[in-house]
Amino acid sequence: MSLTDVQSPVVGARATPGFAALFKIEMLLALRKRADIANPLLFFVTVLALLPLGVGPEPELLAKMAPGMIWVMALLATMLSQESLFRGDFEDGTLEQLALLPQPLYFAVLAKSLVHWIATGLPLALLSPLLALMLNLPTEGYLCLFVSLFLGTASLSLIGAIGAALTVALRRPGLLLALIVMPLYVPVLIFGTGAVQAAIDGYAYSAQLAILAALLAAAAALAPLAAAGAIRISLDN
Amino acid sequence: MTTKSPVVLQVRDLACERDGRRLFEGLDFSLNAGGAIQVKGSNGAGKTTLLRTLIGSTSDFSGEILWRDNPFPKGLRAMRESLVYIGHRGGVRGGLTPLENLAWYGATEASAMEALDKVDLFGFEGSLCSSLSAGQNRRVALARLFLPQSPCLWILDEPLTALDVTGVAALEKQMANHLESGGSLLLTSHQPLNLPGLNFVDLSDFLVEESFSDMGGEHVFN
Repeated sequence: MSLTDVQSPVVGARATPGFAALFKIEMLLALRKRADIANPLLFFVTVLALLPLGVGPEPELLAKMAPGMIWVMALLATMLSQESLFRGDFEDGTLEQLALLPQPLYFAVLAKSLVHWIATGLPLALLSPLLALMLNLPTEGYLCLFVSLFLGTASLSLIGAIGAALTVALRRPGLLLALIVMPLYVPVLIFGTGAVQAAIDGYAYSAQLAILAALLAAAAALAPLAAAGAIRISLDN
Repeated sequence: MTTKSPVVLQVRDLACERDGRRLFEGLDFSLNAGGAIQVKGSNGAGKTTLLRTLIGSTSDFSGEILWRDNPFPKGLRAMRESLVYIGHRGGVRGGLTPLENLAWYGATEASAMEALDKVDLFGFEGSLCSSLSAGQNRRVALARLFLPQSPCLWILDEPLTALDVTGVAALEKQMANHLESGGSLLLTSHQPLNLPGLNFVDLSDFLVEESFSDMGGEHVFN
């Protein structure tokens, strides 16, 4: 990546980076700390690989549990990586500078959430056929699992940004972040697993996917607003 | 006094609170284009809170703040367009190099290299900031002030921390250039600054009275 990719146009004395500039710099930073991205994914895959050892290798039992287990692991992986979403920027003062920009903080949060999803949710969705194979998920569910994870994890990244923003000024958010974010994750979990279950059982599942898409649209519009407000409160202290 | 330059920032009867405690009240001052003010006061007197109030990061205040005769919040929006604020946390991303950090603040490669040279970071432009020392990171943040820019308002919170003698001298020289070109400067510092035409605001003069009398009554040593 060249220097011009990082650069933002100057207006008056202030640099006002557009959404593309915000996105590019977040991508660059994400690429530079690959370990942070790989860890939740590895955790996710490892737990699912351990699952047959724990509950026994009966194919029917695993197939029954597969949609729920994959979705719960997706939730945990997203939440694990979410804690540090704004932390670095808060500690080095970048968040303060972003809050001073004439443009709304909304776009900065949206850019960060998008990069977070590309780093965690998207690889998860892409890996899902492999995970489904490991857990003996019936083949009818593969496509639905991929699409539901694709849509659902994007919502999770956006919703989680609210919790990350609320707890950014705390030294150890740990459990608090989970308590704030988990209840908000519930609708995504219900419709995500519901869609996969319907696909396995041979029913139409487009309604569940449509609801997941609607949840994503609502999250994209509202969650960055809420997170931006939470960041301003966190900075105020 | 030669020709009178216009007032850019004006503060009238300002009182600030932090965590429910009133820090100071009745604060009045005005800052001209080309003018510089050093805010003084003991630790905890509210210097940082004052600066953060002026940039609109906290809303716990009473009184009036005007930017070019526009009261906040309208004036705040206008002010932010010509504001360079460097707080305790410099806004330098550890995952980027000094060059990339300056590019993020709108510098071209040539101007960024020149600015880094002036803050004595030549040769470090390609290292990640997370691998630089605290003083060097401070210099990266301050290098923003060495970028070419139109006259604007600088609000600096303790810019001299972690700087060595030559660093302080270079910064003082750049501040003088900034004032000469019509920019304004508001800073906090415990160290004396060698800057022509520097005015002072001492927050100790605006302390809330009751906190004094309370302390007088409570702390009696036998």
